[in-house]
Amino acid sequence: MKHRLSFLMMLMLAFVLFLAACSSDDTAAPAEQSEGAEESEEVEGTEQAEPAGDQTLVFARGGDSVSLDYASVTDGESSRVTKQIYETLIEFDRDSFELGPGLAHDWDVDDSGLRFVFHLEEGVTFHDGTDFNAEAVKLNFERWADPEHEYAFTDDGYNYSVYGTQFGGFKGDDGHVIEEINVLGDHEIEFVLNQPLGSFLQNMGMSYFAITSPQAFEEHGSAINENPVGTGPFKFVSWSRDDSIILEKNEDYWKEGLPKLDRVIFQVIPDNSARLTALRSGQIDIMDGLNPDDVAQIEGDDSLQVFERTTNNIGYLGFHVEKEPFDNPDVRRAFNHAIDKEGLIAILYGGLAETAKNTIPPGYLGYNDAIDEYSYDPELAKELLAEAGVEEGFTFDLWTMPVARPYMPDPQRAAEAIQANLADVGITANILTKEWATYLEETEQGMHDVFMLGWSGVNGDPDYFFSNLLHGDAIPGGNRSFYSNEEVNDLLVQAKTEVDFDARAALYEEVQELIHEDAPMVPLVHSIPTLAGSSNVSNFIPHPSTSETLDEVELTN
Amino acid sequence: MLAYTMRRLLLLVPVLIGMTIVTFSIIHLIPGNPAQTILGEQASPQAIADLEERLGLNEPYWVQYGLYMKDLATGDLGTSLRTNKPIMDEIWPYLAATIELTVFAMIFAIIIGVNAGIVSAWKQNSWFDYLSMLIALVGVSMPIFWLALMEQWIFAQELGWLPAFGRDNPRDPIISTTNLYVLDTIMSGQFDKTWESIKHLILPGIALGTIPMAIIARMTRSSMLEVLRSDYIRTVNAKGSGQGVVIYKHALKNAAIPVLTVVGLQTGNLLGGAILTETIFSWPGIGRYIFEAINYRDYPVIQSGILIVATIFVMINLFVDLLYSYIDPRIKY
Repeated sequence: MKHRLSFLMMLMLAFVLFLAACSSDDTAAPAEQSEGAEESEEVEGTEQAEPAGDQTLVFARGGDSVSLDYASVTDGESSRVTKQIYETLIEFDRDSFELGPGLAHDWDVDDSGLRFVFHLEEGVTFHDGTDFNAEAVKLNFERWADPEHEYAFTDDGYNYSVYGTQFGGFKGDDGHVIEEINVLGDHEIEFVLNQPLGSFLQNMGMSYFAITSPQAFEEHGSAINENPVGTGPFKFVSWSRDDSIILEKNEDYWKEGLPKLDRVIFQVIPDNSARLTALRSGQIDIMDGLNPDDVAQIEGDDSLQVFERTTNNIGYLGFHVEKEPFDNPDVRRAFNHAIDKEGLIAILYGGLAETAKNTIPPGYLGYNDAIDEYSYDPELAKELLAEAGVEEGFTFDLWTMPVARPYMPDPQRAAEAIQANLADVGITANILTKEWATYLEETEQGMHDVFMLGWSGVNGDPDYFFSNLLHGDAIPGGNRSFYSNEEVNDLLVQAKTEVDFDARAALYEEVQELIHEDAPMVPLVHSIPTLAGSSNVSNFIPHPSTSETLDEVELTN
Repeated sequence: MLAYTMRRLLLLVPVLIGMTIVTFSIIHLIPGNPAQTILGEQASPQAIADLEERLGLNEPYWVQYGLYMKDLATGDLGTSLRTNKPIMDEIWPYLAATIELTVFAMIFAIIIGVNAGIVSAWKQNSWFDYLSMLIALVGVSMPIFWLALMEQWIFAQELGWLPAFGRDNPRDPIISTTNLYVLDTIMSGQFDKTWESIKHLILPGIALGTIPMAIIARMTRSSMLEVLRSDYIRTVNAKGSGQGVVIYKHALKNAAIPVLTVVGLQTGNLLGGAILTETIFSWPGIGRYIFEAINYRDYPVIQSGILIVATIFVMINLFVDLLYSYIDPRIKY
């Protein structure tokens, strides 16, 4: 016993002496054995972490990536990182879903819309030194399509659900649209479809369909999710889970003069206010997930700046259109007039949202800006209710989401605001909450009267919103309004298979007019996510998909 | 002694089985289909069915429990839904981070707490006594997250003395083999990095150590007061020994048992209950591991994480019990 104690004491003493030796300024005075360790707390004036290199960017976010094999996961924190390492055949514009050249500098579509030929960039190499070519593209697509593929890693739990959703299933499925992939030359590849797919090119820009080095599959096998090898502006260095992911400049990047940063570090800081503190203390350069309440404070600070991301979602109030009294379009329109969306945005979003009049966010292909938004007009709402024969009002259950979502930061308060709006026109809403899973299941089964929910876009294609939320085939499923208008259904199917952009846009515009008239939902808001950064960050442009390339970002001092 | 130890170890078995029943039940106590909960509103029915299959949710409860126990018996803690890796393989870095933080917090708590308690008892009813007991009272009742945020605000943002998050400077990370950064950097002779990791330990360590410190101080004080009034202390005093010798050599030993109990309990608490501190300071420890699992609805990790934390807690208590007889030879089992 005695021996142990004195051994412990000696260890502690050694520790303290060591501390004293390390600290540059000698504030850590020699201390008595047992009271020594606390001295380390008193050391003052330790210098702030200085940037190791001039061009090291620390990007702080709330959660860690799930996997760096982008195609097998769906979370934004993963694609945010893989976007730096990997590239796609087509790249979206920096702040929209407009298509532009990526690894393919050009592409042709034949008139039938069934044959796409991509002309690939030459002289591009993967980070492991191997050449990027048509074979590599083919291999990646086959890997996602075929669960039996040698690199599909199905047994290790990999699955490519986004591929299935976007391309109608997998190899052998009836709906799978990619019939064959032909390598026409080293840098020319052809995709042959068995039916037209309007969103095909749009899909090719999604960060889920980027190209991994075939040799990396060979080398790392199912550990590819922790050893990403792509063609992008940054190379993977290390990943320490729930802490940080470090990337470094790809010196051989094929785009001349890029990237400008030497290193990018994705740091996890879960707490929103702690993240802001870290930004203010200069330890990080950009932070995601800014509280709406903090925006004003940052805008007033010269050393910081706010970045707004283009909106890419919808928060809505949906009706069960088969249930009384919501089977009457006048009642639904009355709700549209009764709810004060501007007020909702002021209270809940700190102004960082736009009122919604359509299901898809503005900027989308076919967004119909000519739609005349239902105005906030309680009197008109009352008239409509009277026309519908319910002027004395009624009581219904307002299903309220139990969790906050990007499009709905505080569902409970939103429900209370809506409740108050409806009370003004004589309607009584009972707020009802269920567990998240139960909520989703029971609204899918149609056990609700009116519910709150939302939807977030992935590839900037309108079909992902309409087909999931308002097509008759999505009952039961994403269509929790049980809205099925034959005309709308037909137009959506037509639009889905139309490959001409203008023709598609016209079809969607028509769809929106019909939906606006039928009012199966109250489109509430498109929320605008915000980020903050130090003022020396330049050329950072947030992308609506939440994944933006940092190749042009630089730090100015 | 050996027989007692064996008996205590055997008694652990029903406790551990009870714990597995509780952790196993977690997934089934949440209303609704767990697969739907995990995947959210944009999940396809196919994806939900696949996940149900993967989690074995289609089997009857008792079969699921049997499989769960079988896996545990072979050291298989399951596979994380988030990372797709065996939990057994990925848990160590988290555990190491928590151990490092706990050790630091407890060193802080014990040194300050025990000494404050001793002096308070020795100078009972002095201003020091009142002040330190007031601080202890405040310390016990202080919400940790508030203290943590205040620390960050003052020492990181306003004064810029200490880092606000993490275990190392992300711009100059520590490459570690054991994941115990302080130990690792000392062993490899990178003393500047040792200092760096200690700087990162200070704020979270104090936040985490404050409550145990307060409890230890109060316990030491009351325990010392009792001992200081006993006859043998009067004898030692009469002998003319110096105050230091009386207090630290004669009194402290006899006052140590209740303090040791508190230290054991608090250490166990910190190892499992540091979720708040670890989250606010972005400390990638076991609390964060479980917290992230809750966010991601990664049930296998929640289950195994809780099981591991609970096991550690039970083991520490056992260890403390065994330590009693070392400290006080009069205690015989």
